[in-house]
Amino acid sequence: MQDLKALHEAVLNGDAKTAKAVTEQALAAGIEPLKLVQEYMMPAMAEVGRRFECNEYFVPELLLAARAMKAALELIRPLLVASGAKPAARVALGTVKGDLHDIGKNLVAAMLEGGGYEVIDLGVNVSPEQFIAAIKEKGANIVAMSALLTTTMPSMKTIVEALKQAGVRQQVKILVGGAPITQKYADEIGADGYSESAAGAVAAAKKVLA
Amino acid sequence: MSRFTHLAISNPDDLRFGVAPNPLTTRRGLTIGGAIVYPELNFTLPPMLVDEKTMPEVRGQYLQIITGALQRAVELEAPGLVIEFETLPPMTENPAWGIELTQILLDAMETTHAKHGLKTVLRITPNDTREMERPPRMRSGKLYEAMLETFDGCAAAGAELLSIESVGGKEVHDEALMMCDIRSVIFALCVMGVRDMRFLWTELDKLARKRGVHCAGDTACGFGNTAMVLAEQKMIPRVFAAVVRAVSAVRTLVCYECGAVGPGKDCGYENPILKAITGFPMAMEGKTAACAHLSPLGNIAAATCDTWSNESVQNIKLLGGMAPTVYVEQLIYDCRLMNLALADGRDAALLYRKWMVNSDAPLDPQAYVLTPESSVAIAKAIVNAPTSVAAGKAAALTAVRLLREAHTDGRLKIHPREISWLDRIQNSVETIPSSEPEFIGEMMSVLDTSKFVAADYEL
Repeated sequence: MQDLKALHEAVLNGDAKTAKAVTEQALAAGIEPLKLVQEYMMPAMAEVGRRFECNEYFVPELLLAARAMKAALELIRPLLVASGAKPAARVALGTVKGDLHDIGKNLVAAMLEGGGYEVIDLGVNVSPEQFIAAIKEKGANIVAMSALLTTTMPSMKTIVEALKQAGVRQQVKILVGGAPITQKYADEIGADGYSESAAGAVAAAKKVLA
Repeated sequence: MSRFTHLAISNPDDLRFGVAPNPLTTRRGLTIGGAIVYPELNFTLPPMLVDEKTMPEVRGQYLQIITGALQRAVELEAPGLVIEFETLPPMTENPAWGIELTQILLDAMETTHAKHGLKTVLRITPNDTREMERPPRMRSGKLYEAMLETFDGCAAAGAELLSIESVGGKEVHDEALMMCDIRSVIFALCVMGVRDMRFLWTELDKLARKRGVHCAGDTACGFGNTAMVLAEQKMIPRVFAAVVRAVSAVRTLVCYECGAVGPGKDCGYENPILKAITGFPMAMEGKTAACAHLSPLGNIAAATCDTWSNESVQNIKLLGGMAPTVYVEQLIYDCRLMNLALADGRDAALLYRKWMVNSDAPLDPQAYVLTPESSVAIAKAIVNAPTSVAAGKAAALTAVRLLREAHTDGRLKIHPREISWLDRIQNSVETIPSSEPEFIGEMMSVLDTSKFVAADYEL
């Protein structure tokens, strides 16, 4: 069986084919799925995040790494579900109503999936009702909202209020981000967390769940 | 529709601010590209929702914006002023709102003209709201119809210049940028984008003729500028964004092939290439667009402009006054300098242009591909190509060659970690077949075709 470090390297280098092959072999050899995730894949993604923050990696390298991790996770997830293990969190992610920008949101999705989170990507121009449905029907326990325009930022507050009205606010943690968003604004609207960048999304998610 | 097979400007020295071979004269007598650079003010609302309830406040905001800006333009004796009204999505989805706000702006412009003789013209830029549906319907549906209704109503009200930042091809381009996949970039811009532009601008041309107004121009904002912003955030290589900029000109060119006559819209940083091809006047934005986004093109962008713009400034209070008023002052002062240089003669204008270009070109590949010399070289590659895909390939390879040569000669700084990307981009572009149908076949077999409606792109 290949040295499991090859799994770490495959994720780090964005080699989805090798990541999948090593994972298959490891599972066949009886290695614990959670060990593969926690000792090889997540440290690799953490290193990817560090290299991205230090400008050693561009986004393509980051996304290829996330895809390699996702390819390996697809083999592992069914086993984790069968054993009763739950994902770190289920995130309902979307760009708020009136806003069509989605590159940042897509990067956050990739980072969160790479960090072991399950992402329900609601897309763009997302209404409060769609976020509420994701909470009630799909069990999202984090709501992550993105806005890129100062004229759509107010939709975030509308959505927070709508979650309260629908009686689901206490079930979720709310994360916000996007170019015009600040920590101050996040605090004003009653969000639980804020990330200045897509790369910081995983850390922000961990912080609000702690 | 007519293809451009020759350059209107083949000598880089003739590609400069204020002068265009094919200037445009507006109803009130602004001759854009006729040896005067005009300020072009663009503005937006402060953070607020736009709906039925807030429309009274929205009206008040736009009235405040336009009266403040016009007053300052009069005080500073501006030779003329272009006003761009870029709508927000609710104003395009509800055409009556967009049209009403257009009328508010036009009424104020008319009053100022009557009282003070200030010559103005209004550019209307509705949102491309087709993308609010996913996958977008590009040729039909309520969103498309409302968008055209907004154009028509605003033109009927008196908006003389029609523009848009159209999004055809963005469904593929966004992911292509994130993966730095130049093949997909060229497919998005030179197949999808070109086809959508042809469709949309044919319709807009009919509308403009009916209303006696001008199709001004489109830009690859959602493509080239998205790349630029990602590069500025260190998410993608600057050399990649520079190549995307060059290729984006192939897409933008289509609006002029379909009857647009300029001034090209401000956020088209690829406009120097289009000016070299078409000879039409161009709006540009640079350092004065920092209110909306940062860029490495702050000074060089002015080198070939015919109107000088600020992208979009929110109506918020600064120490000096309301921000749109503050920005119109900045634009007017910049234009004064350019107009003094123009009035002093060709050599003076060329010297000022040289400073603008040399301020930025050695420091960033995205600036380097937009020098007058680079713009003409890329423009030539585009017009000499037999098809849009071939033009995209040629633009990309020309940009790579220019960057490589400049880096080798020490005329351009490229970060060491980006050098290998020049080879990666070139190698990838060279795999694109010369047959457009073959390229389309290759791409359609690998793309996520659920993201776009293929029939809307004749695919």
